[in-house]
Amino acid sequence: MTVNPKPFSKKRLSLRQQDAAAAWLLLVPSLLVILGVTIWPVISTLILSFFNAPTGIHQVRTFVGLGNYLDMLRDQTFWETIGRTLYFTVVSVGLELVIGLAIAQLIHSHPWGWQFLRFSLIIPWAVPTIVNGAMWRWIYSADFGALNGLLLQLGLIKHYVAWLTLPNMAMNLVIVADIWHTMPFVALVLQAALATLPEDLDEAAAVDGANAWQRFWQIRVPLLRPAILVALIVRTVDAFRVFDIVYIITSGGPAYKTLTITYLTYLNSFSFGKQGTGAALSFLISAFTILMALVYIRILYRPEETQ
Amino acid sequence: MHKFNKIGLWFVTLILVVGLAGCGPQPAPNAAPANTQPAAAQPVTIHVLTMDQAGIKNSEVDQIASQFEAQNPDIKVNMEYVGYDYVHDKIVTGMAANPPAYDAAMIDVIWPDEFIKAGYLLDVTNRVTPDMKANMFPASWNGVTRNGKVYGMPWLMDVKYFMYNKDMLQKAGIANPPTTWEEMVDQAKIIKQKGIAEFPVIWSWNQKEGVVCDFTVLLFGNGGSFVDANGKPAFNNDKGVQVLSWMKQTIDDGLSNPSSVSSDENAVEADFLAGKSAFAVNWLFQYSDSNDATKSQIVGQAAFAPMPVFAAGKAAGIKSASVDGSSSFAIMATTPYPDQTWKFLTYLASNDVQTKYSAEMLPVWQNDFQGDALAKLEAATPTNPVTVPAFLAQFPYANERPTVPYYNEASAALQLAIQEALTGVKSPKDALDEAAAKWVQLAGQ
Amino acid sequence: MMHSRKILQKLLLSLLTLPVLFFIFFPLLWLFSASLSTQVELFSVPIHWIPRHPTFQNYLDIFFPGQAASSVPQTYAVSLLNSIKIASAVTIICILIGSLAAYALVRIPFRFNRTIQLGILATRMIPEVSLILPLFIIASSLHLINKPIVLIVTYMSFALPYAIWLMAAYFQTVPVELEDAARLDGCSRLGILFRVVMPISVPGLVSTGMFVFLLAWDEFFYALIFTSTLAAKTVPVAIAEFIGRYVVNVNGMMAGGILAAVPPVLVALIFQRYIVSGMTAGAVKG
Repeated sequence: MTVNPKPFSKKRLSLRQQDAAAAWLLLVPSLLVILGVTIWPVISTLILSFFNAPTGIHQVRTFVGLGNYLDMLRDQTFWETIGRTLYFTVVSVGLELVIGLAIAQLIHSHPWGWQFLRFSLIIPWAVPTIVNGAMWRWIYSADFGALNGLLLQLGLIKHYVAWLTLPNMAMNLVIVADIWHTMPFVALVLQAALATLPEDLDEAAAVDGANAWQRFWQIRVPLLRPAILVALIVRTVDAFRVFDIVYIITSGGPAYKTLTITYLTYLNSFSFGKQGTGAALSFLISAFTILMALVYIRILYRPEETQ
Repeated sequence: MHKFNKIGLWFVTLILVVGLAGCGPQPAPNAAPANTQPAAAQPVTIHVLTMDQAGIKNSEVDQIASQFEAQNPDIKVNMEYVGYDYVHDKIVTGMAANPPAYDAAMIDVIWPDEFIKAGYLLDVTNRVTPDMKANMFPASWNGVTRNGKVYGMPWLMDVKYFMYNKDMLQKAGIANPPTTWEEMVDQAKIIKQKGIAEFPVIWSWNQKEGVVCDFTVLLFGNGGSFVDANGKPAFNNDKGVQVLSWMKQTIDDGLSNPSSVSSDENAVEADFLAGKSAFAVNWLFQYSDSNDATKSQIVGQAAFAPMPVFAAGKAAGIKSASVDGSSSFAIMATTPYPDQTWKFLTYLASNDVQTKYSAEMLPVWQNDFQGDALAKLEAATPTNPVTVPAFLAQFPYANERPTVPYYNEASAALQLAIQEALTGVKSPKDALDEAAAKWVQLAGQ
Repeated sequence: MMHSRKILQKLLLSLLTLPVLFFIFFPLLWLFSASLSTQVELFSVPIHWIPRHPTFQNYLDIFFPGQAASSVPQTYAVSLLNSIKIASAVTIICILIGSLAAYALVRIPFRFNRTIQLGILATRMIPEVSLILPLFIIASSLHLINKPIVLIVTYMSFALPYAIWLMAAYFQTVPVELEDAARLDGCSRLGILFRVVMPISVPGLVSTGMFVFLLAWDEFFYALIFTSTLAAKTVPVAIAEFIGRYVVNVNGMMAGGILAAVPPVLVALIFQRYIVSGMTAGAVKG
């Protein structure tokens, strides 16, 4: 794929030019779409974030520079929401990774019915997020939820519990619902990556006297690093922006204990009529996600693996 | 921003061309024709946003619209229904466009100040006829009038009602429904002790507007108010703190269903209709639903009582206290068709229409409740003989939530405070003080 | 001895699959059971795990909405059709233009290649909420609100970068030697792409298409803001409405949830083989 650095012959030069022209031709439709539906709106929102922009027709937009950002950074609700969103992201992605890796290894060890297990994992992954949220909302329901029904029959609770009103439980329950939906993705990615690893590596290590646990951590996991990186980036970026599932299960309650940063942005932009603040918030979300992606790439990508 | 709009327009047009070329045209058979220039012969289409509600059914509103269309062949009405939680935000996004996405929209009683400030609502003062002015409830006009200007057409008068389950009270040996909240607590204890209901009371205390409505009911029933004479927050004074502490106490005592903290009015109705609670505070629709056998296990058991007050409030001469939950229809300021839209709103609010569909929604015409008209109204539907007197008894005690342009954010702060206290995160006093500080900050902005 | 130890080990491992299967299927089975229940049974304590009087009424209400008590089921079938239409259109467009772009980025060295790659990756990080207001304003001025086309176009903002990303990962697995051979035969770039690369990349196209379809089917936020009539309302919005309204219809919502999950689950199961290969491509070469 490396390009010949000495394109002296006339024919080669024209070939390269032809290539570049072809590349642009192929790219133009996609670039136009991305410009129109992403780049332009983002710039427009960025500009908005420097204004005090109350919703309304005859509202005067006043330039406030970084005012919206500074207000946010000084606001306690903002930091609490960031903390909560990070909690959601770290716990749900962390558990997804651990459980996903465990299940991937389980499938890889080929117990009876492993094909059925792999097949089953696809189902929760394909269930729409909103259906997932609605389903768990009713599982947690205080009056006729399956969780209450199950725990009562197992004798673990005496009375039905209003789970979603418990301030320290609500976010964890949302996380369980999220894990149900997204952990299969991680498990399937890691399982597929495990399957590509050469078997003889393992056997060689076994001959050297490494036990199964050591073999797993010292040989497989390092080789899985690129797959883990992909799973982590995809999941972290999505988890940090979580909205749908919270919106359906708790609407941010109780007492904002499940309010996430995207939800706060939505509230400011559409319910509180503060579009400038909303725009600034959405920018901070983008900044955070891009920052996190960079951190992952830094930590997990070794230089020799980048090419 | 305008420059950007144009550039954006360009891009989207290009994308559309590319997109259509890629996948073939995407016909939208059901798509409503958009607002276009009023050509002389062409009928005009008006888009009306309203709430997908439990009271009057969408199919009934559709009927009203088609009757109107039959009488006015030059106007087509396109009704759009969304859940209550979405109406406000749909109006805001809809007004970002010109012409607006909607020509008229349903406006909750708490929104006019915000929307007037935003310039969304058309001043209709000169369109209101003397007949409307004189014969609709003054309260319904107050809801849409600011500084002497009228910004909407009254549509629905509602308050929160106190409903109880007759059979449950009878089983518990209780002769009369409570008149004070303290009495309700005593009765609830009996009902709980006798095992008639595990949690005898259900409320809509989730983190939405419903909890502010219930708080309003209780606050005014304790002689409290949202702001004092100087306009400073007063809901965090002793009276407010007492109310919030009482709310928390009823949950701790197992009298109020703990699920109240995650319940909206919908969940309250579900609980009450399932025969799980003896007492419920809710809007009018819960009554007719409670007599609908497809939804209810307590057909014939629901009854109204005047909304109780606290003993302290009663001693101070307060007979009952509820909250106003009325709504109106407003014309969007930038609509190209204000005349046609007003014509439709006039039809919606007309006496005939309001009487015909009065099962879940009583008329905004006060002359319907007087003299011969009253008998006619009570005969209009099977539930009216019960709901009409209940309305007449309760409506005079409806209290208003604050009328400020930043209401949504103020309400959100109060919802947060109440939930923090109910879930034990903060003490009632601290939580309300913080909300009050937020109100002061909002008022200063 | 050794043999029985292996059997025991396998047995233990197999037992470990049971809690995983329980976690996967318990919520789904409960959802399905609830969708066959009446309102009264759904509210019973202790819980009826299997309805004693199972009924298909909730499903019938959706497909034959004439007699349905609530208006939500009536709108539901239409929403299903809208979702199918919109998700399919997004998928087709993304495959068509996304695969072209992906090929150019993977195989053709040109000046801004790296920049564009990074730019496309970065657009995936941008939250929908930062795009919605400007998009809404243009869509309104073009009278596109409440039309399926507005969702088809706006869904591109997340679906297209994703499609390009997945296709790029796939194209990297296509041996360069094949192309070089074609090139020596005098094929142009576009000739190579359409005659050599595309035909052997069908699995990649299928898996990308499936991922994009699921993504578009899942979308909620744009649909919530951009549509409020039946003309374009999608399934996630219809489900949210089941919840957010003042009508008791939980079992109806459960039936709606099952119906909303069936198309994507079927698609995913049918193309199961491609999912895993698509994920492998994304995971190993991404």
